[in-house]
Amino acid sequence: MFVILGDDGILFSLKMSNFFQIIKKEKIAPNGFLFRIKAPEVALHAKPGQFFVLRVNERGERIPLTLVRWNRRSGTIDFAFQVIGKTTHLLSKLKEGDFLKDVLGPLGRPSEIKYYGTVALLAGGFGAAAMLPIANALKEAGNNLVTILGARSKDYLILEKELRRLSSKIYVMTDDGSYGIKGFVKDGLEMASREYDIAHAYVIGPAIMMKFTVAACQELGIPNTVSLNPIMVDATGMCGSCRVNVGGKTYFACVDGPEFDGSQVDWNLLLNRLSAYLNEEKHSYELFLKKKGVLPRGKEKKA
Amino acid sequence: MAKKKRPERQKDKSIPFKERISTFKEVPLGFTVRQALLEAERCLECKRPRCIEGCPVSVPIKDFIQLIKKKEYLKAAEKIKEKNALPAVCGRVCPQEDQCEKVCLLAKVDKPVAIGKLERFAADYEAKKLKEPKKPDVKKVSPRRNIKIAIIGSGPAGLTCAADLALMGYRVTIFESLHEPGGVLTYGIPEFRLPKRIVRREVNYIKSLGVELKLNHAIGATLQLDELFERGYEAIFIGVGAGLPQLLNIPGENAVGIYTANEYLTRVNLMKAYLFPGYDTPIKIGQNVVVIGGGNVALDAARTALRLGARSVTIAYRRTENEMPARIEEIEHAREEGIIFRFLISPVEFLADDNNVLTAIKFQLMELSEPDESGRRKPVPVPGKFETLPADLAITAIGTKANPLITKTIPGLKLNSKGYIEADEFGRTSREGVFAGGDIVTGAATVISAMGAGKNAAQAIQEYILKKYQIKQKI
Ligand SMILES: Cc1cc2nc3c(=O)[nH]c(=O)nc-3n(C[C@H](O)[C@H](O)[C@H](O)COP(=O)(O)OP(=O)(O)OC[C@H]3O[C@@H](n4cnc5c(N)ncnc54)[C@H](O)[C@@H]3O)c2cc1C
Ligand SMILES: Cc1cc2nc3c(=O)[nH]c(=O)nc-3n(C[C@H](O)[C@H](O)[C@H](O)COP(=O)(O)OP(=O)(O)OC[C@H]3O[C@@H](n4cnc5c(N)ncnc54)[C@H](O)[C@@H]3O)c2cc1C
Ligand code: FES
Repeated sequence: MFVILGDDGILFSLKMSNFFQIIKKEKIAPNGFLFRIKAPEVALHAKPGQFFVLRVNERGERIPLTLVRWNRRSGTIDFAFQVIGKTTHLLSKLKEGDFLKDVLGPLGRPSEIKYYGTVALLAGGFGAAAMLPIANALKEAGNNLVTILGARSKDYLILEKELRRLSSKIYVMTDDGSYGIKGFVKDGLEMASREYDIAHAYVIGPAIMMKFTVAACQELGIPNTVSLNPIMVDATGMCGSCRVNVGGKTYFACVDGPEFDGSQVDWNLLLNRLSAYLNEEKHSYELFLKKKGVLPRGKEKKA
Repeated sequence: MAKKKRPERQKDKSIPFKERISTFKEVPLGFTVRQALLEAERCLECKRPRCIEGCPVSVPIKDFIQLIKKKEYLKAAEKIKEKNALPAVCGRVCPQEDQCEKVCLLAKVDKPVAIGKLERFAADYEAKKLKEPKKPDVKKVSPRRNIKIAIIGSGPAGLTCAADLALMGYRVTIFESLHEPGGVLTYGIPEFRLPKRIVRREVNYIKSLGVELKLNHAIGATLQLDELFERGYEAIFIGVGAGLPQLLNIPGENAVGIYTANEYLTRVNLMKAYLFPGYDTPIKIGQNVVVIGGGNVALDAARTALRLGARSVTIAYRRTENEMPARIEEIEHAREEGIIFRFLISPVEFLADDNNVLTAIKFQLMELSEPDESGRRKPVPVPGKFETLPADLAITAIGTKANPLITKTIPGLKLNSKGYIEADEFGRTSREGVFAGGDIVTGAATVISAMGAGKNAAQAIQEYILKKYQIKQKI
């Protein structure tokens, strides 16, 4: 066991640095959870904008998730995820006290935090989770924050309270109008831009949401930063699965990003690459749900 | 007494063809005891054995072959291990035809002794007989047991360095960024060429020497190198390989269906995508697969694609067969399996449909130039001559570079113009207490040369520590 001194002067033990135990599990939306896990090395080195990779079990895929909060003293990290396929489903079934098989991080370049003036935070769905640490850092750097939070409906909004606390104004948008204003994030941006002189925007959410929101930013002449989420394998720059095209050049999002200038991103390529394995993923998930008895047998499609 | 006629060079059997191209089972079966004895018989027992000079780690080849002749198979394995901690691996993947077997005296009049197959035989024999590899005695009470040494990367360079230092009595920790140890042996070289149980066995052996393995630690991300010094490691060996895939930089290279060999092989080998959906990581099954490159990596990718169910697999190489850097045995195997070889063509563009899915690859036809000063003939374009090959899956295997994840995060570490770490033959770098070896110093090379570098560095680390402590004692 070793006892080490963190850069904020806190002593703690790294004996358990290879055991990634789930400390807290919270359902934050009908389709998603917030986990707190032990991962002292990751907590010690995490910075806003970074992510990590996890594996649920021995046969599992490596999936990247964004770091939402971290505590050096207790050696824990928080992350939020929505259930969309087999791995996130398996993850959602784990209980407090259970262990994750592997955790690697922190990965990716941290956000370049600086003073802009007024910054618009445009978050769609679970993008709000990725936005939180960036919002904190931007606030600390003296920026005035205007947040536009979008979700399908009221129940799907996450971290509204936390983001509201940091923002001088928050626009909550729902697709169905069940809460806040009916509309998309880009509609909220148009409203905000009438009230504020927005110097910069951070856009984080599903790729399709980022594509349209960035287009809206461009129309309004607002420079913007996005956090890209291509399919990753190692997430250390070794494989090139995460290739994205930005400004006509190829980058590896896991090490060169995940943050890029949104106006330079080839969105269609990203969307196409994200759906490269749709058939395989669907096949795998349905097979799994059938085995669990969630889907009736014989209903799954062949990949 | 009449001189016995020399037996013919023995050839081991392969698994049945049908099983071979549809499964990931190891292809060559290795020598039977009878074959090994016949092959060992062929050794001339030269006074000055050139084979040993041809081996980057100087395995006592003559001695171990003599032991096989005497049917002392276990001792033969031990003999090899005096110099080479991973004989079962090297017997399978070393380019013997460019090393020991190339300089074998017998090659002048006949085919060289099958040294690689004999090495594999001895190692496999030991594995069959002994549940656990025999451990050399580690001095239990060593004055060095409290000196901690960090190894970064668990490929052949890191594993060898770790093993040697553990045997000297140091407390060794390996930091590996992936969730499995072994480096390219685990994520790159496929099961049908190097079964993973062999890699696991070697790794377990190294762990049994007391080496601690910390997976999921990417140095430069999870921890900085200097933090390792702060945590009490006295010396650090960097053996992180050349893990950055080179891209072609031609139009369309990011279309769906184009993989780097690193991604393709990592998905299949490390993530076991060939067992999808039993394992969760998917892989595309191509109909028409084109692999670009001509080395071991290209061949591994091509033969993998075939086993996954591709209808046709073509290797497109811009030089000719003579220049292919792959092992001869692999080229032979690939041919037997029905891989198509296209020489003197070089890709210029990937063509895709509206959804960015690969449909074809446009190639420039090439020819070989007159030999240059080094005698090498360069491929040059034949003006105006192009050919388009249909493809729904392409794999680029055109080399790797240094991954800057770690090298760029170490202040004061000198890199060469290509981004590799500058180190002398003992792995000493521009930073005190920091050593490096393997592909991260030489660029992509071989398993055995990485092991040699790990060995040399272990020696240099020992010298460094001894010197450091003598100085400390004087004070
Ligand atoms: C840098 C980064 C940060 C991310 N942060 C978050 C986060 O904070 N919260 C969150 O809910 N999601 C996040 N994601 C997305 C998350 O990784 C995917 O939702 C997850 O991998 C889906 O896995 P699955 O097996 O459940 O679904 P699958 O059925 O396998 O896939 C569903 C979809 O997810 C995407 N996906 C699949 N595998 C991967 C992979 N290995 N890497 C990346 N995307 C993949 C594909 O577009 C796929 O169509 C992030 C992605 C990246 C790249
Ligand atoms: C597909 C393929 C086939 C090959 N076939 C042959 C063959 O037949 N014969 C032969 O002799 N050679 C072959 N080679 C080459 C040979 O495998 C390499 O030369 C050799 O593995 C290099 O060893 P290494 O220890 O330097 O690095 P690697 O084997 O690359 O291992 C480096 C390790 O370091 C880890 N790492 C990287 N960065 C970090 C970090 N920042 N922190 C912690 N860990 C890190 C990596 O994950 C990896 O596990 C082949 C290579 C490939 C890719
Ligand atoms: S995920 Fe492999 S290089 Fe980025």
